[in-house]
Amino acid sequence: MNSMNNSSPILENRPKLPVYLDYQATTPCDPRVVQAMLPYFTEKFGNPHSRNHSYGWESEEAVEKARAQIAALIGADEKEIIFTSGATESNNLAIKGVAHFQKDRKNHIITVVTEHKCVLDSCRHLELEGFKVTYLPVKQDGLLDLEVLKAAITDQTAIVSVMAVNNEIGVIQPIAEIGAICRERGVVFHTDAAQAAGKIPLDVNAMKIDLMSISGHKIYGPKGIGALYVRRKPRVRMEAMIHGGGQERGFRSGTLPTPLCVGLGEACAIAQKEMGSEAERLKSLRDRLFSGLKAKLPDIYLNGDLDQRIPGNLNISFAYVEGEGLMMGIKELAVSSGSACTSASLEPSYVLRALGVEEELAHTSLRLGLGRFSTEQDVDYAIEHIVQAVARLREMSPLWEMAQEGIDIKSIEWAEH
Amino acid sequence: MAYSEKLLDHYDNPRNIGSFDKTEGDVGTGLVGAPACGDVMKLQIKVGPDGKIADAKFKTFGCGSAIASSSLATEWVKGKTLDEAEKIKNTEIAQHLSLPPVKIHCSVLAEDAIKAAIKDFRTKNEPKSASGDKAAE
Repeated sequence: MNSMNNSSPILENRPKLPVYLDYQATTPCDPRVVQAMLPYFTEKFGNPHSRNHSYGWESEEAVEKARAQIAALIGADEKEIIFTSGATESNNLAIKGVAHFQKDRKNHIITVVTEHKCVLDSCRHLELEGFKVTYLPVKQDGLLDLEVLKAAITDQTAIVSVMAVNNEIGVIQPIAEIGAICRERGVVFHTDAAQAAGKIPLDVNAMKIDLMSISGHKIYGPKGIGALYVRRKPRVRMEAMIHGGGQERGFRSGTLPTPLCVGLGEACAIAQKEMGSEAERLKSLRDRLFSGLKAKLPDIYLNGDLDQRIPGNLNISFAYVEGEGLMMGIKELAVSSGSACTSASLEPSYVLRALGVEEELAHTSLRLGLGRFSTEQDVDYAIEHIVQAVARLREMSPLWEMAQEGIDIKSIEWAEH
Repeated sequence: MAYSEKLLDHYDNPRNIGSFDKTEGDVGTGLVGAPACGDVMKLQIKVGPDGKIADAKFKTFGCGSAIASSSLATEWVKGKTLDEAEKIKNTEIAQHLSLPPVKIHCSVLAEDAIKAAIKDFRTKNEPKSASGDKAAE
């Protein structure tokens, strides 16, 4: 047990490598979550839908406790929570489910250009089926203009889907205001809260939210589980996507994965208890990171509003240094590039482009995500390594050289390839 | 994505970073790519009295493959005549660095940079024609 425990004092200030700075991609399971889950893999393995013996009953009890924990985090009733496989399924079910149910009366959907791919792709799919979709633009700070939303709603609008927090730039949309507008116009309001639940206070009644997607693995719970909040009063009608035994009020058939449900419930309970102090701690770490970088590097730009933003996110353009090249220079840091949505794609991030970030600057962006297990040492280590790598790459950047010589890069006729 | 050792070596220890004065008569400058596409390469050659490339330098804005491709290109052109250097193919660069398929365009850009630098040198050193000298860009 103790042979691997190398706690030499010299290494104490060195964080575990690579330093994880990608908390918007996923989070580790909190050990308390794992502890809560463990019995449900082995001795408490019953099918929560088995009605005839105690194995089933104890599983059902655990699942219902988890449901109540999720509901409590967002001010909902436990009967309004449906378990899914994750936020992607929740978003698909919410948008397609409402659209399909209303297709004979209403055929219009409103969403935003900076939404997650699973929302945009669900909408594209509905377009192929004949629905009309409006993709609203965002302002330069990444936030939705409420007047633009109001103007887009028609008597044909079935659903408005706006994410609570953006996964790339961490900005928080004015959810309560959007909820009020939708309620007034009689339109169902769905929000993808995968990046928001457990990070910022959410209340489905105060914010007039009708449908809300939640992800397990973004809040220190397990992967493969999520939830969809479905309002009962006034009742939201949806068509199911997965048919079978009629579990989850008929909205989502299939045996519930008890350990995963328990894990998501526990993760929500921990988040509810610790959100305030965690947010404060993360905000101070984030400020330390941002000011540390700004102090040592000129020409860096924050993408997205700083104030309307979750505490654990920074998205920064390091002008004159290409993001993928930069990531290769900071192998000790696990971060995500804003320059490519996948490593196989050479397109700059559509989210940054939607903010009006110019392509050349969008190519220089990194997303730095902090979370529950981030430390001051992590942050200081990250500052040191990013500063070093950016300085080195700028020395070999022809664009940096031109900028230093006072040449306007835009004045050159580049051969786009 | 796993990169080859040769590529990583060029990224970590790039050869011939820097700039020559592009107004010098014995210097040819190639500037290719575009910031909006995420790659810009500047490759310069210095041609000796014997007509061979005596020295080469580069600066690159781009991913690791772009940096490595241009670094390798500067190594390869040195000691070659212009005609020889012009024959360097992107496929050779891609093969040497084992570039993954999505990064082949980086080697294409490096080949273009070599050709652009040679063209610039030749244009500068043409027997004096009517219009005089033309700037690199």
